[in-house]
Amino acid sequence: MRKSLLALAAGLFLAGNVSATSAADKLKVGFIYVGPIGDLGWTYQHDLGRQALVKELGDKIETTYLENVPEGPDAERSIEQLVRAGNKLIFTTSFGYMDSTLKVAKKYPNVHFEHATGYKRNPNMSTYSAKWYQGRYIQGLIAAKMSKSGVLGYIGSFPIPEVVSGINATMLAAQTINPNIKVKIIWANTWFDPGKEADAAKALIDQGADVIMQHTDSPAAMQIASERGKLAFGQDSEMIKFGPKTQLTSILDTWGPYYIERVKAELAGTWKSEDTWGGLDSHMFAMAPYTNMPDDAKKMAEDAQAAITAGKLHPFKCPIVGQDGKPVECKGGDRLDDGQILGMNFYVKGIDDKLPGK
Amino acid sequence: MQLVLEKRAERSGTIALVSPLIAIGLTIVTMVILFAILGKNPLLALHAYFIAPLTDGYSLQEIAVKATPLVMIAIGLSLCYLANAWNIGAEGQFLIGAVAGSWIAVKTQGTDAGAWVLPAMLILAASAGALYALIPAICKVKFGASEILTSLMLVYVADLFLDYLVRGPWRDPHGFNFPTTAEFDPVATVPLLIEGGRLHLGSIIALLVVAAAVILLGRTIKGFEIRVVGAAPRAARFGGFNADQLIILTFAVSGALAGLAGIIEVAGPVGHLQPGISPGYGFTAIIVAFLGRLNPLGILIAGLFLALTFIGGEQAQIAMKIPLDVTKVFQGILLFYVLACDSLILYRFKLVFPNRQVTRGAG
Repeated sequence: MRKSLLALAAGLFLAGNVSATSAADKLKVGFIYVGPIGDLGWTYQHDLGRQALVKELGDKIETTYLENVPEGPDAERSIEQLVRAGNKLIFTTSFGYMDSTLKVAKKYPNVHFEHATGYKRNPNMSTYSAKWYQGRYIQGLIAAKMSKSGVLGYIGSFPIPEVVSGINATMLAAQTINPNIKVKIIWANTWFDPGKEADAAKALIDQGADVIMQHTDSPAAMQIASERGKLAFGQDSEMIKFGPKTQLTSILDTWGPYYIERVKAELAGTWKSEDTWGGLDSHMFAMAPYTNMPDDAKKMAEDAQAAITAGKLHPFKCPIVGQDGKPVECKGGDRLDDGQILGMNFYVKGIDDKLPGK
Repeated sequence: MQLVLEKRAERSGTIALVSPLIAIGLTIVTMVILFAILGKNPLLALHAYFIAPLTDGYSLQEIAVKATPLVMIAIGLSLCYLANAWNIGAEGQFLIGAVAGSWIAVKTQGTDAGAWVLPAMLILAASAGALYALIPAICKVKFGASEILTSLMLVYVADLFLDYLVRGPWRDPHGFNFPTTAEFDPVATVPLLIEGGRLHLGSIIALLVVAAAVILLGRTIKGFEIRVVGAAPRAARFGGFNADQLIILTFAVSGALAGLAGIIEVAGPVGHLQPGISPGYGFTAIIVAFLGRLNPLGILIAGLFLALTFIGGEQAQIAMKIPLDVTKVFQGILLFYVLACDSLILYRFKLVFPNRQVTRGAG
């Protein structure tokens, strides 16, 4: 009996080793996720991107991911573990991994890193992000059109420029439809916490908001809006199944094409450190179908989407007036330049809220 | 036939020693079954969890880095628990220590402050942790307030205070509004021990703390007092030991150690103050304290073991695509078995047979 157990054990070990060697000559690509892959939002979309990558290049690469990695002292170790496991190209998919990624990148100059939504780069560390504010602008138009109370509810994650520019784009658009539109903002101080997100949605609805928008990652707010008979926008991902009568549209992160492009470059040996910031025209994200709205609202949204894609409409077109009533300097000619949007730390006029830390 | 739990006349010393081993054994058996259900090779999984991290210098360093705060906090907590004082708020004391120490780092940033900065940060952090822990201790002694509740609730206060600071006054002006201070200057960071690794001076401090606790509990009157007050409060009163004083003392010491662990984590592996500096160290340390049977050396081993499960869990996730949740299940199962096996120290299983002779006699 004991002998057969030992034999079994040896067999299991051998089986494991064989599969390990056959994978050795493939390019190893690693991913670090901030949430669980089942968050149905941000991390879920990154994992869909990874799956698209596997589908396209599965015979040449092997992917590995670590999920739920906190943006603290553990991140550096998790990234380094992926390096040590032989991954040559590593995607770190949240802003909070910026410093950890940079530290590991400096330590391993022969490994390539791709950091999502950050601003620090290195010869072996690229950044990539999307111009989601374009999608927010379209949502702002729809929200103002659909809101009966004239009050929008906005669940913020962290008051970083990406989120602030989203709020501003929303309001600039909404004001073109209803100059007196109001927005209530709650900072959840998290990317993913369905309980907190749901509480925020409830509080916003109690304060009179009838259209809920969010910059957090779970469908919790959509579910609450649906229960209360209000309208809402999905985030990152298609969330219509959580609110079939609720979702107006959703900004869909479509990372697959970018991941495939970067891995192909790595395979071809042409990978370089780059700063990618793509919009609707370069398909870094897409809009979910416009639903639960009358035809004129739908047409307005589609027209705006076409105009933005064609470059005819820019959400941050000047003149833009800041919260303090003073016009914002226009560094991009007739619009704000990319640096101003990427570093945005002010509210536009009409937002009745104080930017945290200001 | 019936299986009953019978109270032992006295604690079983043998079981007290083997019970953690039985618990680990049962955990491993359960995990093997779980891995098999998940369709993963159980032997490879166990290898990834327990053996692989021990085979290279890098993972060993990472285990030490992860275990450092756990061991320091758990040593302090064990003193409290031995004296029957229930400090559940080490997480808060950890955060307050981190905040207090960071204050010096933030204020001296960019100045040519010298080598005094780091020692001052450590001292201030320990003092702040101790003071913060004294709040529940004094409420307990003066007003009879439950220290379990008060210490726990102060965790949230500390958490929000830290949050306020890094979002407001201490926020890095070049950090794009992200809630974090700027990176600490080199004089405000805990020195690394090995070039290229992350092992830092804090691990040495943790070892010194363990040694001090061994001496305190084994060789001094104070240590004896702590153990007597906890084990036999009546005897302690007759012996003239002051239980209230000991609550104050053990809370202060455990708060100081948690605070010290906090600043070492911030000025070490993290490098700046931000929310989320603790993935629940103050609470995990409670598990470590009990897993180590409130014994300093036991705690050292338990801390390293728990750190091993974190690092091993990560390697299993990479090597075998085992979900992170399995690591959490694993830690939960381990604690469950430890507590379950501990009941065997005071109780034993006994088979009880209905008295057949009587039945027969009647027939």
